[in-house]
Amino acid sequence: MALEESVDLKLDHYNKDGIEIVDVEGEIDVYTAPRLRELLIDLVNNGHHQIVVNMEKVEFLDSTGLGVLVGGLKRVRAHDGSLDLVCTQERILKIFRITGLTKVFGIHDTVDEAIANRKSEK
Amino acid sequence: MAREMATVEVTFTPLPAHVRTARLVATAVARRSGVPESLLDEVRLAVGEACSRAVEAHRLHCPGQPVRIALTGQDGRFEIEVVNAGAAPGTAENKLVPTGFSLAVIAGLADDVQISETSAGTSVKMSWPASPATGAVGSGGSPPGGQSGGSPPRANTAGSPA
Repeated sequence: MALEESVDLKLDHYNKDGIEIVDVEGEIDVYTAPRLRELLIDLVNNGHHQIVVNMEKVEFLDSTGLGVLVGGLKRVRAHDGSLDLVCTQERILKIFRITGLTKVFGIHDTVDEAIANRKSEK
Repeated sequence: MAREMATVEVTFTPLPAHVRTARLVATAVARRSGVPESLLDEVRLAVGEACSRAVEAHRLHCPGQPVRIALTGQDGRFEIEVVNAGAAPGTAENKLVPTGFSLAVIAGLADDVQISETSAGTSVKMSWPASPATGAVGSGGSPPGGQSGGSPPRANTAGSPA
């Protein structure tokens, strides 16, 4: 398990049932998004190609953050992997809807649901 | 012709770390100008997008020049203008998201958006409805610090998520 902390963004990740879960807390914007991008790149480079990003504690997400998630999705797909999201917050879901990315990402209500869905598609 | 004075103007060094500050200031002024609580998240996101875009443009073309934001609440509208010098940028350092993506987000959030290219750069103006009855500030006479006990009551400010 790794833990990174800063004032604006907190990142944590762990493995559950063979899927890497990334917990994100705080604000993902032009300042903090590079840290999430680095983490996703590290995970993929270390062979984790099934990823779930838990965004339940994300307070703010902008298009830079969306770009990082799209970048992560592109990287895992290059290895036949997946990147799913967990999010139930309307204020965060709205930006996915505005940009049409609800059709690109699998968005789930809980981490367990995301894992179960991923395993059922294997 | 003199430019109309904004309620609040902010200039900041074009660094990503300051975009959050700009968001916080814009949201605070929007609230005091009478923008409904239900729209404040949209204001926060839209101004963040515009400022991120401006920061990127300045860092590419004129890193020594500050980004300017003008926040104006009057006549039942709350308007934000973000001016970036230089050419319009793409979105962030990650080119996986196409150029103009942030503008698409802004257009999806703001009630009214005007983008104009001038010799000074790109101006993004966006506005939302504001209730003058609940707005506490105008072009003059705003109390410092925003904590005046004599300010008019503001509707629906309890339980703000911001």
